[in-house]
Amino acid sequence: MKETIPTAETASRRPEPAARGGRPRRRKLTFDRVTFFLAFLGVPLAIFVIFVLIPFGQAIFWGMTDWRGFSPDYNFVGFDNFTKMFQDDIFLKALRNVALLAAFVPLVTLTLALGVAVAITLGGPSKGPVRGIRGASFYRIISFFPYVVPAIIVGLIWAQMYDPNAGLLNGVLTGLGLDHFDTFAWLGEKATAMPAVMFVIIWGLVGFYAVLFIAAIKGVPGELYEAAKIDGAGRLRTTISITLPAIRDSVQTAYIYLGIAALDAFVYVQAMVPNGGPDNSTLTISQRLFNVAFAKQQFGYATAMGVVLAVVTLVFAALVFLVNRLTGGGEGESKRKAPGSRARRAAAKGGAR
Amino acid sequence: MSVIAADRKPASDRKPASDRKLTRAAASSDRRFAAISHALLILWSVIVIVPMLWVLMSSFKSTGEILSSPFSLPDHWRFENYANAWTDANIGKYFLNSVIVVVSALVLVMLLGAMCAYILARFEFPGRRLIYYVMLAGLTFPVFLAIVPLFFQLQNFGLLNTRPGLILTYVAFALPFTMFFLYSFFRSLPHDVYEAALIDGAGDWRAFFQVMLPMARPGMAAVAIFNFLGLWNQFLLPVALNTDQDKWVLTQGMAAYASSQVYDIDYGALFAAIVITVVPVLLVYCVFQRRIAGSVSQGTFR
Repeated sequence: MKETIPTAETASRRPEPAARGGRPRRRKLTFDRVTFFLAFLGVPLAIFVIFVLIPFGQAIFWGMTDWRGFSPDYNFVGFDNFTKMFQDDIFLKALRNVALLAAFVPLVTLTLALGVAVAITLGGPSKGPVRGIRGASFYRIISFFPYVVPAIIVGLIWAQMYDPNAGLLNGVLTGLGLDHFDTFAWLGEKATAMPAVMFVIIWGLVGFYAVLFIAAIKGVPGELYEAAKIDGAGRLRTTISITLPAIRDSVQTAYIYLGIAALDAFVYVQAMVPNGGPDNSTLTISQRLFNVAFAKQQFGYATAMGVVLAVVTLVFAALVFLVNRLTGGGEGESKRKAPGSRARRAAAKGGAR
Repeated sequence: MSVIAADRKPASDRKPASDRKLTRAAASSDRRFAAISHALLILWSVIVIVPMLWVLMSSFKSTGEILSSPFSLPDHWRFENYANAWTDANIGKYFLNSVIVVVSALVLVMLLGAMCAYILARFEFPGRRLIYYVMLAGLTFPVFLAIVPLFFQLQNFGLLNTRPGLILTYVAFALPFTMFFLYSFFRSLPHDVYEAALIDGAGDWRAFFQVMLPMARPGMAAVAIFNFLGLWNQFLLPVALNTDQDKWVLTQGMAAYASSQVYDIDYGALFAAIVITVVPVLLVYCVFQRRIAGSVSQGTFR
């Protein structure tokens, strides 16, 4: 290739210092190298810019217009969309709902995931090196199951579980003699709809984070546990004083991405309560945004909701960082193994999507 | 309580010689911890597995049976539910669509992600850090912020409601995750092999495809598994950007099938459709589960 196409680079190319063992990155720009860079960096970046970056940027601008989509003209309305939003009762309700989701879902999911991870990894005999509990891989496989099932299917399964007439849940409860639940509509009652939805999201996500924490716990040096044992620390004490601090970074990352998943929650609510639930008690911002955009064609207003959702997400992440820092989260530690924690963040994100 | 007592007995009967050094207190605390752990894990396993088994069992029952007795086994196994689900829900078609879109996107994103990660990890050039952090931002913002502009972006390119459009969108949104994961992987690869390739006269292209990429295979496998699950389960992007029913992916088809069941519900067929959707992925998971657990730990500790 490079011989047949003479370019400025190839023409003016000077002979390179022949294959020295030094830094390759200081070599001169050859045609080969230029095309290599263009293809390797240019193509992925172009796709990323066109389909991710530009839409994100446009969102911030369109959020300040009254654009309705199919006509080219729109007016710049500044922050009108945002003031309108905060007088919109339905949106405020959705905001309150996602605040509830963000408050409970990550906390409960992580508590359960940590419980499962600790039980699996540290449940074995305390003698010798840290060993897993008997049947560890069985439990691990089972608890990961829901993560393999598409979220939409998780929602559909539980919509059936909660079904007032045909659902297993009411079947079990009436079977236990609780006739009150004979035709109880879990997703149709204002008091239970939201907790029921939360439970399903938690059910779907615990397994992934349990496996993540199992990996993190296995990475804790065994000597730490030995030392704790010699000092006479019990299991509970060891978990709180050794395990939790050691995997702190993983927990923080998981918390942030669970928060992102909970603030979104679109798939789950679409599957179980597509209409927003009784008195909109399970309506999420994502659902509201989707309807305002694709059913009502108020694209400017919908995009502004997206901006608010993004801001809420960032505030949530900042809060998690802040709490971790205030309670003594190690800045030094996270700096020391920065590449690792980045990959971990990436891994957790893969789970959240 | 009874669980603990039941567990205590066999454990003290066995008592291997090496265990004698344990103080009695430690041993009993061990057993208590193990018993509580088992109880907790069994409880969680039941909560996970029962809904799935119930779906499987109900998929062989008639609607009448499901309504009258949710627990009982079907009095006769109705395999016709599966046939009904297959034809009514168009599962075959949507499954094929999902395979086409997800496999194409997966191959593309693995290639592009590896290329991009390789450049960012192994070369120093102005703007490197900027690109890195911009992609990090792309990983953090909610997709919902972009969804409306993305819709019109695809429309402008004539890609709305087309497979290539959906594939490119999948690639774009999976790219940051792929890049970050592989970035740390390429960073950790030894330099001397690469040097040797250059000395042997390989250009940048050949050094990448014949030397570096094969070395990154474990990392690639790990990311590919996560990307596959993420893309296969994707719901929002296709629902917003791929509204042509002929091109629906499986998640869309299932959502539509379930909501079409509101008036005249064929529960058996609905459950059968769920089983058909879940089982292939679940089987693949069972085959690769070791690797998946390994992938998570690689993601954590590289």
